[in-house]
Formats: sequence, structure tokens, C-alpha cells
Amino acid sequence: MSPGRLADAHLLSIITWLPVLGALILIFFFHRERKQAIRLFANVWAIVSFLPSLLLLAYDRRLGGIQFIEDVEWIPQIGARYQLGVDGISVVLVLLTTLIGVIAVACSWGFIQERVKEYYVVLLLLQTGIIGVFVSMDMFLFYVFWEVMLVPMYFLIGVWGSENRLYAAIKFFIYTLFGSVVMLLAILKLYFIFPDYLKQPEVQQAVLQAARFISGENEPMYRMIESALHLGMQGKGTFNIMAMQALGTARLGGGPIIPLSLQMWLFAGFFLSFAIKVPMFPFHTWLPDAHTEAPTAGSVILAGILLKLGTYGFVRFNLPIFPDASRDPRVVQVMAFLAIMGIVYGALVAMAQRDWKRLVAYSSISHMGMIMLGIFAFNPSALHGAVLQMINHGISTSALFLIVGVVYERHHTRMINDYRGLSHVMPGFAAVFMIMMMSSIGLPMLNGFIGEFLILRGVFEENRLWAAFAATGIVLGAGYMLWLYQRTMYGEVKEDNRHLPDLYPREWAYFLPLVILAFWIGIYPKPFLSYFERPVAVVVEQVRPGYARGLLERAEGGQPLSLPAFHSREASSVGPRPTGHEHER
Amino acid sequence: MRALLFQGLDWRWLVEQAVMFLMPEIMLAAFACLLLILDVGWRATERRWAAYLALGGIGASAATLAQTSLNLRGHEALGFYEMYVLDSFAIVFKVIFLVTAALAIALSIKFLDIEREQRGEYYALILFATVGMMFMASGMDLLAIFISFELAAISVYVLVAYFKGDRKSNEGALKYFLLGIFSSGIFLYGVSLLYGVTGETNLQKIASALAAEQTPGFLAILAMVFIVAGLFFKVAAVPFHMWAPDAYEGAPSSVTAFMSVGSKAAAFAIFARIFVYGLPSLRGTTSLENLGWMALIGAVSALTMTWGNLAAITQANAKRLMAYSSISHAGFLLLGLVAGNRTGYIGLVIYLFVYVFMNLGAWGAIIALRRGGIAGDRVEDFNGLIHTNPLMAVLMTIFLISLAGIPPTAGFLGKYFLFAGLIETGNRWLAALAVIAVINTAVSLYYYARFIKAMFMGPILEPTPLALTPLMRTALVMAALMVLVVGIYPPPWVDFSRIAAEQLMQATREAIAAF
Repeated sequence: MSPGRLADAHLLSIITWLPVLGALILIFFFHRERKQAIRLFANVWAIVSFLPSLLLLAYDRRLGGIQFIEDVEWIPQIGARYQLGVDGISVVLVLLTTLIGVIAVACSWGFIQERVKEYYVVLLLLQTGIIGVFVSMDMFLFYVFWEVMLVPMYFLIGVWGSENRLYAAIKFFIYTLFGSVVMLLAILKLYFIFPDYLKQPEVQQAVLQAARFISGENEPMYRMIESALHLGMQGKGTFNIMAMQALGTARLGGGPIIPLSLQMWLFAGFFLSFAIKVPMFPFHTWLPDAHTEAPTAGSVILAGILLKLGTYGFVRFNLPIFPDASRDPRVVQVMAFLAIMGIVYGALVAMAQRDWKRLVAYSSISHMGMIMLGIFAFNPSALHGAVLQMINHGISTSALFLIVGVVYERHHTRMINDYRGLSHVMPGFAAVFMIMMMSSIGLPMLNGFIGEFLILRGVFEENRLWAAFAATGIVLGAGYMLWLYQRTMYGEVKEDNRHLPDLYPREWAYFLPLVILAFWIGIYPKPFLSYFERPVAVVVEQVRPGYARGLLERAEGGQPLSLPAFHSREASSVGPRPTGHEHER
Repeated sequence: MRALLFQGLDWRWLVEQAVMFLMPEIMLAAFACLLLILDVGWRATERRWAAYLALGGIGASAATLAQTSLNLRGHEALGFYEMYVLDSFAIVFKVIFLVTAALAIALSIKFLDIEREQRGEYYALILFATVGMMFMASGMDLLAIFISFELAAISVYVLVAYFKGDRKSNEGALKYFLLGIFSSGIFLYGVSLLYGVTGETNLQKIASALAAEQTPGFLAILAMVFIVAGLFFKVAAVPFHMWAPDAYEGAPSSVTAFMSVGSKAAAFAIFARIFVYGLPSLRGTTSLENLGWMALIGAVSALTMTWGNLAAITQANAKRLMAYSSISHAGFLLLGLVAGNRTGYIGLVIYLFVYVFMNLGAWGAIIALRRGGIAGDRVEDFNGLIHTNPLMAVLMTIFLISLAGIPPTAGFLGKYFLFAGLIETGNRWLAALAVIAVINTAVSLYYYARFIKAMFMGPILEPTPLALTPLMRTALVMAALMVLVVGIYPPPWVDFSRIAAEQLMQATREAIAAF
């Protein structure tokens, strides 16, 4: 195989493991005292690992489904495989991760002066862990990445954080570990019931149809699911996420295959893990500490990417695998309540903060609540908005943490009261802050507006009361942000602020892509939306059969595609369209 | 059964059997005796040779074990009036004991030099203890198990008291000895009751005698309770764990390293052997009408994990902390027996296997901290290790992360199989037990992280070089590599554990068939 073809076939592996390779090079080839060389190498390597991820833009949006599939045997005894793949949602999230990775490495240049080598090693390892979560198509592999990433994050906060770092680091670690081990049990349960169900012939039929529906015309994806399903039919377990989705999506006589009560338990297991990560309202207490104490790069990665792992988990696991539990009115009400609590509570607490970084941290809780509300509205508009808002939040909150980092690096305090009139001494900085603040508030022409608008539109369709509460969050958000801006940027310049230098070229360099993206998404979001249009429609259709059919038809270019078994038992005998692929059962 | 009378004994037959089955044990015992003899003639500076000789003995034993197991080709063989069995279960455990002994010796040499206690009998005792453990893994008869158990236990009692002048060492040894003897008595009482009920001491015959009865009698259940209580003592399960922290703290660190892994693995080997082979009919279910040892062990395992973890959190002494951590690990290991399916048994074996590396590795770090003027047994003694000895800090981190069960380390794989075994049963009580277990996993991270915190985030101590010899460094690096390799590429190690688990499965199947 030629190098080019090899690179094509293993693109996801390359994207995932490049940072680890960089970390190994750092460990073995750089002396710890050569700080400048280490910094240079880490920055170059971050860009080197970012570039191949751009090739993911070649994702076929019309075809949809999981692409760039890699599939290698890993632990045959338990059926765990090294399976990678991305759909449109993960494509944009991987790109966000690699981009934020570059920025996180770049923003550490001046800030990190001690233990530079270890710092970049940890940062690069963290990068691999996060990318791995987004590209895993095998739940076992997913879980491994999910937990692996906690270790470097723990070190990042604990070693390079500010005063209260030890407390924040261990709190973050134990909190998130607690959630994920419970998820492990849910994964195991799913793993063991899978062959039990797949033994029944009528289930096999329905699940194969569901697999056909999920994969559409994407043959490689269908083959991946089918081989996993065949394992189940032979009584062996599989961890394939898409096969689990097919099991969850399939209907037997209009009812679910996994009984609702069991779905509820499993939903709860996954929910705990993801809700802690998001974080949703009562599980959020680790976040202000971790975000505040972490070094700038740590906060940027935490807020920019790590929180998205939670919402990504809901879209990838909870909704498609447990659709009946997800749309159960009790569950929806609880989720909406927690999301709204997060929006309002996060905003109110943010307003009361005197610590600049803590304020941004609480604003994250509020914004993530908005995304959760969008996810649990189960309609294409809200879900589009939610996914787009994941990106937007990644951009704007990362930028806001970078902004805090910039002033902290110059003045070594995070207290809002220690700054006044910065717009006079740092005009360029004030402009960037203004743009990013507006993006966070959701001003039209900027990215936040598009995401929030789509979410609110979708939520309004479902429940006007929710939409009203969510809108309050936006108003409050404008309140605390503008107030923060007023207190720090305007007014008479504080004496000890007078000599703070404006942004350096290096800082401009890492703010610029974020500013460009904020405007781009705000003005012309279609290229971004087009990546997850089909995946989102499929997810909606999985949770609410028949709801997003029109959207799917559009995405399919006029060819209707649906799951007949959703509606009537008789229709299921018709089967999917003939595709030339063997359908022996 | 052939009468064991002197005139009826066929010597040739006995020697044949010994050569067929016992070569690994004979090798070890011979080397141990040789050590004791040679040690008398060695000068103080030459005493280190004892360690290398002991390692040679372990090598020889491993070679003969490989030879014997190749001859068996996966079959099981019974010998010595069916008292001794050589099956894959026994062989896998013997491998575990040999690896443990080898690593423990590699970690001991420098430590004993520093303590000025370098003597040949130390290594001889380790070898004798290992011989006892190897016999334990092969015991098919309650008496054989008991005798080999005592061989291992008495050697370890002496090892714990090895620092004659040290008050703590003596105190720990006395506590360990008294409670150990006490628990042996309880165990023996259970055995005698079982003999009274069934008239047998052979495990398989006991199983068939018990299976013949429709409902187990009161005496049989009483016997089971006594045996299980004796074994709980041996594995240090709550509420029979009190000896462990004192013994672990008092014993020389190198001995603690050996006993916290070797003795524990051996106790689990006979635990599995006795209950899966001998008492399958008393297993019971989780329903109230039919409780048996499964429910008993399940409850004790939940208690052990939780209590061990909570107690570990408050410890300031590294050795006591690791003692409580080892108690909670015993709780995890019991889950494999509770699940009672293939996955659970694989979990039990693979967890013990990886426990060798991760726990001995962590103890190796504690041993290495014992250096000129520093006792090295407080968590604070790890402060700033990343600056003074980065390699050691990274290795210790790998061991700790593995002990906490975080991927991609081997500890995660072990926990995975244990939890999976519980979930596979589909029983809601066992699922609840799994929930308790995973919560404990998260809790355990807290105290392991204290070491990491000290090493990476603590203030820098004055840089006294660690007591590391090249041999010790190699041993620790190998252990860390094993922890990573097993975690990242598990298939061969899962297979290794599965052959032992299959043996237990077969016994379970036979027991079910006998009903």
C-alpha cells in the first residue's frame, strides 16, 4: 500500500496518536532544561497534529453515517475491538479539539515556566485521550479513552494550577471517575444482554433493519454494524456502539426490544457519567474549582472540549440506545428541569462572582444547561442548535479563559476589582474581549446567536415555558457579561493597571482563529451545519420515529428513507431497499 | 485407598510420583536447604550471594515447572492418593508464586544491606514459604491444604519477626502469629466437622457426599461457616482483618511486599479450590430461603472493600495505608468467587496475576525510600520524588493508577473482569454489589492520589539518593512494563488466566451435573 493510501486508511489513528508520538519524542529526545526548544517543538507538533485533522473535512456529508472506519481485533476474548470512525458530529468536535489543542499549547508559552517538559507531555497525552473519545466506535475503547484522559487532566490542574489546585484536582478526578465507573456497569449490562436479544430471530430481523436505517447508503458502516450483529447472533458479545444503537432503535410490534424499565436503569448509568461531565445542575460543583484553579491551557481544554464530551455522550449513547427511556415524560421533565436549573442558577451565581475566572466558569454551567435543554427537546432545530452550540461554547468560552489568562499573566490576580479601565491601556485586548463577550451573550452576526436561536426555536416548539426560562438565561448572561466588561474595561484606569502591555503578536495569533470562527459561524453557519445535518436527523428519527423524516429526505437528496417497522408490524416484512448486500436472515 | 502403612508403601511408585509432580517444589526446597548450609560459611560481605542463589533456585523451579506442565499437555493429574493435583489452575498459581518470590527477593537485597540484616535464612524462608504456597495451589485434600498452608504461614511468621531488635517487627509478628494460629484452629475445626459429616477429607469426595443429601444438614453449614471464617482471616477480610495493618506495618517492608501478594494469592487459591471443588452444593443463591457461602462471601466482600477503603483514607503511614488498600483489594478479589462464572474466575486469576506486579511495584517504591536516615514509611517521604528521582516517580504512578483500576493499566483489566462477572449473572443483588464495588474504586483513588500528590506536587525534600540497585531498578521497570503491557494488549494474559478459570468452570459444571 502506498504511503498516501495508508494515511487515508488510518487517518483517524494518525490524528489520535500523533500527540502521543509527540509526547514520546519530548520524553526521550529533549533535556528538561532546554525549555525554549521544548516549547518550540510542542508548538510545532501541535500544529502538525492539527493539520491531518483538516482532512476530515472530506467527510461525505450527503452519505452521512460513520466514515473513516478502522477496525482491528483487540481483545478477542471479550469481543472488544479497536474500532474508530466519525460521523458529522464527531468530525466537527475532533476539529474543535485539535484546534483548541494548538491554542492551548500556544497560550502556555510564557505562562508555564516550571517543569516545562512534563507540562507539554501531559498536554499532548490529554489531547490523545480526548480525540480518542470522539472517534471510538467501540464502547470498551471509548471507556478506556474516557478514563485515560482524567489522569493528565489531574496532573495539569494539580501541578500547574493556582493556590487551591490540589483540592480542585482531586475533586475533579474523583467526581468524574465516580461517574464513569457507574457507566462501566451500564456498558457491561448492555454487553451481556446484547447476545440474549440477538438470539431471537424476529429481533434479528428488526435490528438488521434498524442497522440499515441508521447507516442509510453508507455500506462500510452497515458492514461494521452487521458483523457486530452477527457476533451477537452467535451468542457472543460486542461493544460496537452502532450495533447497540441499532438494538435500541429497532422496534418489535411497535415496542422497544430492551424493556423500558431496564432502559431506565441503563440510561441512569450513562446519565450519571455524562451529567457529571457536562456538568448538569446538581453535579456541577467540581467545575468552578477545576476551571478556576487550572492553568489557562487547562481551563481552555476543560471548558472548550472536556465539557462537550458529556453532551456528545448524550447524543451518541443515551438518545439513540435508550430512545424510549429518553423520551419518557418523567425523564424529559427531570432533564429539562435540571437543564433550566443549570441555566438560571449558573447565570445568577456567575453574576455574584468577584473572581474573573470563576465568573467564566459559572457561565459555562449556564451555557451547558442550554445545550442540554436543546438535546432533550428532540427536534432537529434544537439538536442542530445544541451541536452547533457545543462548537460555539468551545470557541467563546475558550477565548474568555484565554482573556483571563492574558491579564493574569500580566498582573497575577484574577479579582475583577483589581482591574479598571483596561480598554485605555490595552485597546486591542478590549476589542477581542468585546467580540468574544458578545459571542458568548449571543449577539446576532456572531456564532452564539445562531446556536442559541436554533435551540430556543426548537425548545419553543416543544414547550413554551422552557423556552421562556431559557431566554431568561440569555438575559442574565448579557447581564453578568456586560457588567464584567464595564467593571474591567471602562472607567478610570487603575494605577497599577497603567503599565499592562497590549496583546503580543503570539497572543493575536491564537485569538485570531477564534475571532474568525466566531464571525464565520455567526454570518454563514451553513458549512458547519451541513456536517451534522444528517447525523442529527438520524438521531431525532431514532428518538422520535417519523418526526424528522422530511429532513432526512432532504438530506438524502429526495430519496425517502425510513424504518418501516417503526409504524406497523406488517410493513417490516417489506424490508429495506435492495442494495446488493447479502441479507440472509 | 492404599493404606499408608510402612510395609505397604511402594517406594518406587512414590519416587516416580514425586519426580512426576513435585520437581518444582523439590527444586525450591533443595535450594533453600543449600542456602542454609552455605550461609554458615559465608562472610558478611558475601551474604548477598544467598539472594542470587535463591533467584537461581526460583529459575530452576520455574524451568522444571515448565517441563512438568508441558508433559501434562493441559490434562490434570492426581497423585499421592489423590491428595495432590496438578492442573492448569495449580500451574497458573505456581507461576504467580514464583514471580512473586523472584520480585520480592530482587527488592530485598539492598534493603537488607541498609538494615544490616543480610542473612541467608531470609531467602531460605522466602523459598520455604513459596514451597508451601505451591503445595497449597495443588492441594486436593483438606489435610494436605492445611499442612502446606502452615508451612507457608510459619515461614512468614518468622519473616515478619525478622528484625529481631525492632519492637514493631516483634509486635506485628506476635499479633500475626497469635491470630494466624487462632484462624488455623477455626479452619481446622471446620475441617473436622466436615470430616464428621462426610467421612472424607478429599475435596471431590466431600462434594459428592454433600451432593447426595437433598438439603445440607446443620453441621455441614456450620463447618462451611468455620472454614470460610478461617479463610477470611487468611485473606484479611473484614471483620477478620485486624491483624493486617499491624503485621504489615511492623514487618520489614520487603517481607510485607512478599506476604501482601504471595500469601494473599495462595489464600485465594485454596479459597477457590475448597469452595468450588469441595463445597459447591453449599453455594446457595441470593434468595433468602437458600443462602449459602455465595451470599456470605458477597456480604463480606462489600464490607471489606468499603471498610478497607475508608480506613485507608485516614492513614498517614504509607505501610498502613497500603495494608488497608490490600484489605480492600481482598474484597474485590472475593467478587470473582461470588460471581461464580467464567468471567468472574478469569477476573480472580488475572487480578491476582496483575496484583503481583502492581502491588510489589508500589511496595518496591516504599522499600527504595528506606535510605540513610529516612524511614521512608510516611506518605510525606514521597514528597518531590519527581525532582529527585523522576524514573521512580513515574513507575510508582503507573503502579498506583493500576491499583486504582484506571485504564490503560492492568488493574483496570482485572476490575473489568470482576465487575463483568457480577453483571453477567443478571442477578440484581450482585448488580448492587457491583455498584458498591465501583463506588469503592472511585474512593480508592483518593488515597492512591495522595502518593501522586506527594510525589508531583509536594515540596522538594533534600535529595538523598534512593536505595536502588540495578537489579531492583530492572525489577521495577519490568513490573511497570508488565502493568502496561497487560493493560494495553491483554489477549495473551486473558488466555493465561482463562486456562485456570476453565478448570474451576469444569469443577462447577461437574458439581451441577452431580446434583
